[in-house]
Amino acid sequence: MRHLKPVNRKARQIESMHAEKDVVALQQGGSPAPSGPHIPLGCSFVFAPGWEVDSSGGTAGLCQPVERDLFDCHITCFWPAHVPDLYNHAPDWTGSCAAAQKDWRKIDLIFP
Amino acid sequence: MTLLRRGEYHAFESDGAPYVYLVPSAAVFRLDDASCAVLDALGDDDVALDSLAGSLAPRFAPAEVRATVHELLGARAIRAVAAPVEPVRAEPPRRRIPLTTLVLNVTSKCNLSCTYCYEYGEDRIVEASRKPRFMNEETARQSVDFMFAEAGESPVVHLTFFGGETLLNFKVLKSALAYAKERATALGRQVDASLTTNATLLREETIDWIVENDVGVTVSMDGAREQQDRFRVFANGQGSYDVIIPNVRELLRRHRRPVGARVTLTGQNLDVIGIYRHLAEEIGFWEVGFAPVTTSWQREHAIQEEGFDRMLGQFRELAAEYLEHSLAGRHHGFSNVRDTLEEIHKGLSKSHPCGAGLGLMGVATDGDVALCHRFAGSDAHRLGSVQDGVDHAKQADFLTRHHIANKTDCATCWARPLCAGGCYHEAHTRYGSTTEPNLHYCEWIRAWTDTCLRVYGTLAERKPEFLRQFE
Repeated sequence: MRHLKPVNRKARQIESMHAEKDVVALQQGGSPAPSGPHIPLGCSFVFAPGWEVDSSGGTAGLCQPVERDLFDCHITCFWPAHVPDLYNHAPDWTGSCAAAQKDWRKIDLIFP
Repeated sequence: MTLLRRGEYHAFESDGAPYVYLVPSAAVFRLDDASCAVLDALGDDDVALDSLAGSLAPRFAPAEVRATVHELLGARAIRAVAAPVEPVRAEPPRRRIPLTTLVLNVTSKCNLSCTYCYEYGEDRIVEASRKPRFMNEETARQSVDFMFAEAGESPVVHLTFFGGETLLNFKVLKSALAYAKERATALGRQVDASLTTNATLLREETIDWIVENDVGVTVSMDGAREQQDRFRVFANGQGSYDVIIPNVRELLRRHRRPVGARVTLTGQNLDVIGIYRHLAEEIGFWEVGFAPVTTSWQREHAIQEEGFDRMLGQFRELAAEYLEHSLAGRHHGFSNVRDTLEEIHKGLSKSHPCGAGLGLMGVATDGDVALCHRFAGSDAHRLGSVQDGVDHAKQADFLTRHHIANKTDCATCWARPLCAGGCYHEAHTRYGSTTEPNLHYCEWIRAWTDTCLRVYGTLAERKPEFLRQFE
């Protein structure tokens, strides 16, 4: 946390809770390495069409890290990801996110 | 468009810096300029994230505002209006809380006749004549067995002796503690003993036993001669100050373990600072704790509203002194502030005001088990007996009915993580029911909690090592 400084024990617990639950991209390199079991955060890891073979049956176009899923999957993928309702409820949910690889954290929060 | 709203918190300043105490998590965060600005800009309205970023644009970049909002949402200092709020449910603890403290009322008799006493005065809830006046050795042994049985895996259990005047039943104290130590050794546990006394019967023999067994001692005492002799009198009306002072001095001289004094404040005795000076500085008590008398509001010794203001002012003065001493690395014995600081440091958010009926229970002279020592012997507040164990269904029912979620009056109070409605016995005396929150204390509790939060913030910033004692 940069804007809130945890002072007592409970505040530190809240801080660590958020630190652990941050989003980790599959292809994130460098340190610190993602901790704990790394479960792919893709469009579907149970049926895994995109994790093992790509849409053409090969391995050249496997699913990309989560930040790319946001755009690639719901627009181009044959197995589309769930995204907010772009036409009625949240047309500008990615309005402030011009380059997803860098600024996907700016994507707005959507509530029902 | 996401509408944002302030969460529940108490904002306070300490040493010039802004802080929030979050409710119900009881987390304390220090704010920076951006987070302060976001909370100020939200005010009491629902504001869209975009317009929030817009209104703060001259001072902070929109990305900065978003990042701050993200952190504040994570800490629940603010919330999205549309996000569902999970209600707190009144339910008993999901797993059984082991007993860590058992209070044995070894006698209901007392050699003093303090006029404000809740055990004998007009507000008493137990008719003493219906129970044996002294606990016998067999019941004390059964209590020890009960304590270890209910303590689960707790490595240390606390055995506290209470009364009446505890030392009137010295014989049973000795045998009970000897038996508890024997059982503790056999079970691979530790037992820590303590007692409360009026100090009239502290003789060489009793002090020897206290020192030898490292028994923690709290002396009930109200201050200097004039203060002590106002209410703490023998049956003939004679004051007890001159009788107890030589005993107290001898105990303090010989005992290795710090000895505390516990003062009952009344409408007639509110010179908190004077009492503190006398007991801590002149007599030499390691700690002095103050509690307002528990009584119906109409009694002569009850503290009225202006009395609470006077008490608060002096508590604040002593708290400032405590802070000054702690920053300079010196001990200060005002235990009220110390106890609250510990709870703030740990971030306790209570479902129930105290451990009564949870990790603490009181045993009456005949072995009946009740919520705490103040209810020991009351049939209406009985949870079982040391012979037959705790009625866990009854205990669960009690805990459900007294859960903070059932105290509607407390639902909007920011101090509820620490107060949770206050003492059951106080509520019973004031309002006739343990389920009532102590509404006559609300303003006082909030003001006192705010004072302690300010002390805490300064200590955390300037002397964090001081707070390690609470880990």
